[in-house]
Amino acid sequence: MNRRAAWVAAIVAPALAVLAALATGALLAAALGRNPFEIYALLGRETFGSWYGLGQVLFKATTLAATGLAAAMAFRAGLFNVGAEGQLYLGGLAAAVAALTLPPACPAVLAIPVTLVAAAAAGAAWAGVAGVLRARLGVHEVIATILLNFIAMALGSWILVTHFAQFETLHTAEIPAAARWARLESVWPAFRGAPLNGAAWLVLVLSGACVVLLWHTRWGFEVRAVGASEKAARAAGIPVRRRLFEAMAVSGALAGLAASNFVQGYKYYFEDGFTAEAGFRGLAVALLARSHPLGIVPAAILFGALDRGGFVLSQKVPKEFADILQALVLLFVVVLQPGLRRFMERRQSLEGRE
Amino acid sequence: MDLIAPLIVATLRISAPYLWASLGGWYSERSGIVNLALEGMLLHGALACVLAAHACEQAGASGAVAAWAGIAAAILAGALTGALHAAACVAAKGDQITSGIAINLLAAGVTKLVLTLVFGSASNSARIAGLEPWAIPGLAHWGVTRVLFCTPLVLFAAVAVAGSEFVARRTRFGLRLHAAGEMPRAVQAAGVSVAGLRWRAVLLGGALAGVGGAWLALDQHQFTAGISNGRGFIALAALIFGKWTPRGAAAACLLFGAAEAMQIQLQAHGTGIPTQFVQMLPYVVTLVALAGAIGRAHPPAALGRADE
Repeated sequence: MNRRAAWVAAIVAPALAVLAALATGALLAAALGRNPFEIYALLGRETFGSWYGLGQVLFKATTLAATGLAAAMAFRAGLFNVGAEGQLYLGGLAAAVAALTLPPACPAVLAIPVTLVAAAAAGAAWAGVAGVLRARLGVHEVIATILLNFIAMALGSWILVTHFAQFETLHTAEIPAAARWARLESVWPAFRGAPLNGAAWLVLVLSGACVVLLWHTRWGFEVRAVGASEKAARAAGIPVRRRLFEAMAVSGALAGLAASNFVQGYKYYFEDGFTAEAGFRGLAVALLARSHPLGIVPAAILFGALDRGGFVLSQKVPKEFADILQALVLLFVVVLQPGLRRFMERRQSLEGRE
Repeated sequence: MDLIAPLIVATLRISAPYLWASLGGWYSERSGIVNLALEGMLLHGALACVLAAHACEQAGASGAVAAWAGIAAAILAGALTGALHAAACVAAKGDQITSGIAINLLAAGVTKLVLTLVFGSASNSARIAGLEPWAIPGLAHWGVTRVLFCTPLVLFAAVAVAGSEFVARRTRFGLRLHAAGEMPRAVQAAGVSVAGLRWRAVLLGGALAGVGGAWLALDQHQFTAGISNGRGFIALAALIFGKWTPRGAAAACLLFGAAEAMQIQLQAHGTGIPTQFVQMLPYVVTLVALAGAIGRAHPPAALGRADE
């Protein structure tokens, strides 16, 4: 009974939140002296109204979905990984370096997986530091990951500048063609010009893999048990510290893989600052999706659409308008969800009595 | 001495916004409400300070009057941000972490929007005069006493830490705050409103964090986009590091400030160490300190639980 209520609340609340955010945004647009209908018509046309717009939206959603999965994986273990930004950054650097050191004759079937493994390993290793600190020394993971973000940026930037940066730029050389994802436009010409690429499929596979891992393996059960109650999990004989460390490492690996969309699918190099807060915004995506891997894909698409919206609307309203819409969606979910849940539970308990 | 005094001065100046934000977080978290919104409170405080100070200066007020008007506006903006957080977390019983993140996103967007609308620039505001240190004879001429006793927002930060420590240990409000964070049912059983306590704590916390924002704006004589630059998160880290006590949080803020001051000195003197490694210093120091003999922190037992 509670379960059904939770499910309905998890789907209806975000939908209502989107409507409430759009309504508030309409007031804001009117206050800025713009016709809200005109603004939203433009937003709709430029995001889901054309193949090119859709391609851009899905491209932006790809990175956010991967960092969203990273945040969700940690949440499920009761951990709060604020470090996806640093893990993403180092994942991107590792991916570019791995791809650049491959022998020239390396075929794509080998080059792409090697690059992905490098990205995942770098992200996992960096998150693993926070995992060890938390599991072994009791250092709160929120602090550890925040601090590690700053350290990752400095360390990565040093490695980039001293070893890999192209002359007078802050990016590496382009990775070989074998390590690149194919653009979707090459098989689906309607997407022409949009940078949507193979990483989008990777993210879909990853979200399915997360579902299997969390709900259909013993490991996933144990991780969720740790997340629900460390004490109870320990009493049940689950190696709590180990699961905490592993969940953090898997979360980091997912954050590292998020870099693939940019490095292997878009610019074909690692660039300082490419993360653009995608690591932090992954938290928002995961929270909107209530940390469910399947909810993360639509949540990321919504945020991706608003990202694109900021760009296309900038001719009419300041581009922060779309950022504010993102924040409002999240805020309305927070406010609406508990009430909706209570309402559902009350209604069901009434039904049960009849 | 020539090396130590500037280091102390820089440490106090850098620590000030951390102290204010960290204290703000303390009130909220002691009452059982996770406060990830400190970053947003700093941003709103800083922008409100510049808007009010700028308006006063335009109206012909002196720099100091404008600055104090700015501080008042920052307190108000911080408290209003706190009200938003309390409305979501206490009144609607929503998820506290999500609310904090949403408020930070909102503050980042709103401050940039207002900056663009009012000052016509996406990066920085017009300049404001800021707040000159008091010219107290005997104290104002030496750097250390000047920053500690003549710089209002640094002096008041020290007073606020001592005051919060007093509130925590010696007042009824402090005791109830503690109880609300540890065992809200006991507070309820005693006939005291848990929600009322939490509302007051989050509003007060927001006001204090707002002052931290005002310090940033007055110190830099303007508002720049993203002026808080992660300080709200570091302040939260300091609060956890300081084991959820005002004195502990203050010590953590000073440690972090000292490491940052050292980093700036090292960069200025050019030691041959790559800048990136110097930049890492404050974060590495904090991390090592945390991993070392500090031990486990025990958060308030009911922290983050909306339903109780």
